Amino acid sequence: MKLNLKIWRQQDAKSKGKMTDYSLGGVEGDMSFLEMLDILNEQLINKGEEPVVFDHDCREGICGSCSLMINGEPHGPDRMVTTCQLHMRKFNDGDTIVIEPFRAKAFPVIKDLMVDRTSFDRIQQSGGYISVNTSGNTVDANAIPINKHAADEAMDAATCIGCGACVAACKNASAMLFTSAKVSQFALLPQGQVEATERVQNMVRQMDLEGFGNCTNTGACEIECPKGISLENIARLNREYYSANLKG
Amino acid sequence: MGILDSKVPSGPLAEKWTSYKDHIELVNPANKRNIDIIVVGTGLAGGAAAATLAELGYNVKTFCYQDSPRRAHSIAAQGGINAAKNYQGDGDSNYRLFYDTVKGGDYRSREANVYRLAEVSANIIDQCVAQGVPFAREYGGLLDNRSFGGVLVSRTFYAKGQTGQQLLLGAYSAMNRQINRGKIQSHTRHEMMDLVKVDGKARGIIARNLVTGEIERHSAHAVVLATGGYGNVFFLSTNAMGSNVMAAWRAHRKGAFFANPCYTQIHPTCIPVSGDHQSKLTLMSESLRNDGRIWVPKRKEDAVAIQEGKLKPLQLKEEDRDYYLERRYPAFGNLVPRDVASRAAKERCDAGFGVNKTGEAVYLDFTSAIQRYGKEQALTQGLHNADDKEVTKLGKAVIEAKYGNLFQMYEKIVDENPYETPMMIYPAVHYTMGGLWVDYNLQTTVEGCYAAGEANFSDHGANRLGASALMQGLADGYFVLPYTIGDYLSNDIRTGPIATDSPEFDTAEKEVKARLDKLMGGKGLHSVDSYHKKLGKIMWNKCGMSRNAKELQEAIDEISALRADFWENVKIPGIADGMNQELEKAGRVADFLELGELFAKDALTRNESCGGHFREEYQTPEGEAMRDDENFKFASAWEYKGEPKDAVLHKEELVYENIELKTRSYK
Repeated sequence: MKLNLKIWRQQDAKSKGKMTDYSLGGVEGDMSFLEMLDILNEQLINKGEEPVVFDHDCREGICGSCSLMINGEPHGPDRMVTTCQLHMRKFNDGDTIVIEPFRAKAFPVIKDLMVDRTSFDRIQQSGGYISVNTSGNTVDANAIPINKHAADEAMDAATCIGCGACVAACKNASAMLFTSAKVSQFALLPQGQVEATERVQNMVRQMDLEGFGNCTNTGACEIECPKGISLENIARLNREYYSANLKG
Repeated sequence: MGILDSKVPSGPLAEKWTSYKDHIELVNPANKRNIDIIVVGTGLAGGAAAATLAELGYNVKTFCYQDSPRRAHSIAAQGGINAAKNYQGDGDSNYRLFYDTVKGGDYRSREANVYRLAEVSANIIDQCVAQGVPFAREYGGLLDNRSFGGVLVSRTFYAKGQTGQQLLLGAYSAMNRQINRGKIQSHTRHEMMDLVKVDGKARGIIARNLVTGEIERHSAHAVVLATGGYGNVFFLSTNAMGSNVMAAWRAHRKGAFFANPCYTQIHPTCIPVSGDHQSKLTLMSESLRNDGRIWVPKRKEDAVAIQEGKLKPLQLKEEDRDYYLERRYPAFGNLVPRDVASRAAKERCDAGFGVNKTGEAVYLDFTSAIQRYGKEQALTQGLHNADDKEVTKLGKAVIEAKYGNLFQMYEKIVDENPYETPMMIYPAVHYTMGGLWVDYNLQTTVEGCYAAGEANFSDHGANRLGASALMQGLADGYFVLPYTIGDYLSNDIRTGPIATDSPEFDTAEKEVKARLDKLMGGKGLHSVDSYHKKLGKIMWNKCGMSRNAKELQEAIDEISALRADFWENVKIPGIADGMNQELEKAGRVADFLELGELFAKDALTRNESCGGHFREEYQTPEGEAMRDDENFKFASAWEYKGEPKDAVLHKEELVYENIELKTRSYK
């Protein structure tokens, strides 16, 4: 199929960017979206132009690197997939596809479609861990029985890949779904109880410091999340946060 | 030929590690604050090492090319992690895990290292649970296990089909705790361009800031390389797009011997190649072989009809299917080790029984498992009159709970529903057992330079068993390196900070810049990817699942010519002092073009078949691998001497004091 691409090009963080039009033929349904961009880039390189820069790595939907806004939706029109797992069979011959970077104050553009998501790392650094030493002197793993239901729910929250689609989808650029996923994982497990108060307070403080917006419960994050992280996590974060503040 | 000293401690196998730890030199906590360690790569091995070393008190600097340590490719490991916990009471023990690993590796790994790995494995699970890793549980609240290939016990712990992700996020969280304390300085979007040696010791690295293009000097008292494997030398592999050999290869060029490059793991269950545009291959976890049965049609005419789209797999009756693994290997069936399963698939497909358009795929079928689980569910739920439809529905729900994310991934890529029709799979390059040669301390032949995880060669011999990569990465990082590196650093307590303005750093930086200039100065005829794809084709066709002397020699010549062409004609747009993804790729492909040749040379030198290395000249009449213990019971460690063709072979004789060498049989 033949496609009209409108792609955001921006030289670096300081330069002004603009949408640029490309026409691309020979696209097949079995190609992933990124493989389609590979072909475009190969053509640009052969013409001596700079290829389009975008983040990608595992190309199997788990590393969370890829981060494209496709026709106004993070990771494109398909549900429960990252951009690398989106296939061109979801598009039709002659389609115009608009490709932009994830946009948020806390995700500044580095170049073209690549953004800086280190704000996510700093939220995790502020409290997304359990303070146990890794020296190996711990209790036997089965000494802490965990209710299967709680373990499964913790696992569901823990599957967040940190891609930032939730932020990109949110009109407030809120990072609540991302932050709540980690808070929930530990809130659901007995190992996480000890530091629960400080964890939620520190992570929320850092989230605010980074310039992410507030949550107004539109639920766009849940719909666009490629891993199906549930809004229930945000409710749980709020509960954890209020009870932490009551404790002081 | 030189002699390599593996520094394996004396004493009985089961006591070596304990007694070693009792006798090493320690660094006092106050002195640790004055010692810097660089860790390159932040996957399971690097992340775990960085966290533990920082927790002990060292100043750690980490480097990764990704934008966050959480994205290292360990994250993509699906099925699980082995540990000799014997929670299932099925006869597991440290010795059995040790034995299975040595046998699985076709008797080409170092006994003492493997035993240590088995010994610390149980502790890994304890550690990860304490960190909050949400492993799968049974209804009683205790940890669940599954089975993997090449073993007869259930010792694999898992978190759905995302075990690697959960373990990596565990290590990442441990790192984050240390970053928050200021004990780890994390450098993301940085690539190691060279190792810097001062007075023969590794004392730092030259790194490139991938955002600004700036060339940076970083010094330390020791350097740990945990940069993963080199499977991307094949272009198409299950590795991440950025996975590369650069750090390890740069160290190799500075004196670190490279061991067993030809030992590559071709994983049997990957999604088949769909076309020329393909940029990477996707793995379907080995855990699927717990429940999936692998088959091709018994009759060639049926296979041809399927290839032409005239026949559907479900139309083929049970008696017309060839469950070739169950037929050839009744004892292990579908759970034979990866190398055996891959070769068996290739054998059937080469004989014309493949089941996709190109004839390069076999079926992985869940119908029996769905029926089995469905009946079990119907019974436990008291549905004694459940009809076929009901049973199938119940069975599918069980399969979905176990492998849901894998099935979804398959459907997204292939556009077929694997609950309704068998999956199509084919082997693909997955893991590299070879890597930097290390002694028992995980130190390379460059003093002060260590290698951990997939980047080293030590534990898996010629073939790695499933769910053992996660185990080894974490064992090296959490439990081995923190001891062994301390022993080395105890001599450095009076050294003081390492200066970065020494002539050694000057020279290294100059060389890095010259190399970048040379890459940018190519004639500009062909893209980096076009060279990478050509290299990949040579590797897959001539150094892949089966190899022979003639083709290996051809591979050596072709790669050498391709390398010369690359340096002459590569085309890299843009500039070197700024973000330039083509330049990043070019540096990596340049090193693959050297490694690939050494790989072929290593394979040509090893006149036997063992594990993932199958030489057509050395096989039994039934087509099984034929090892030659008399002449090849050694690890090959190659010393860099300029061109790969000039590399010098050093042999580490492998000593088996606790295991009797046998022909590996899974029949």
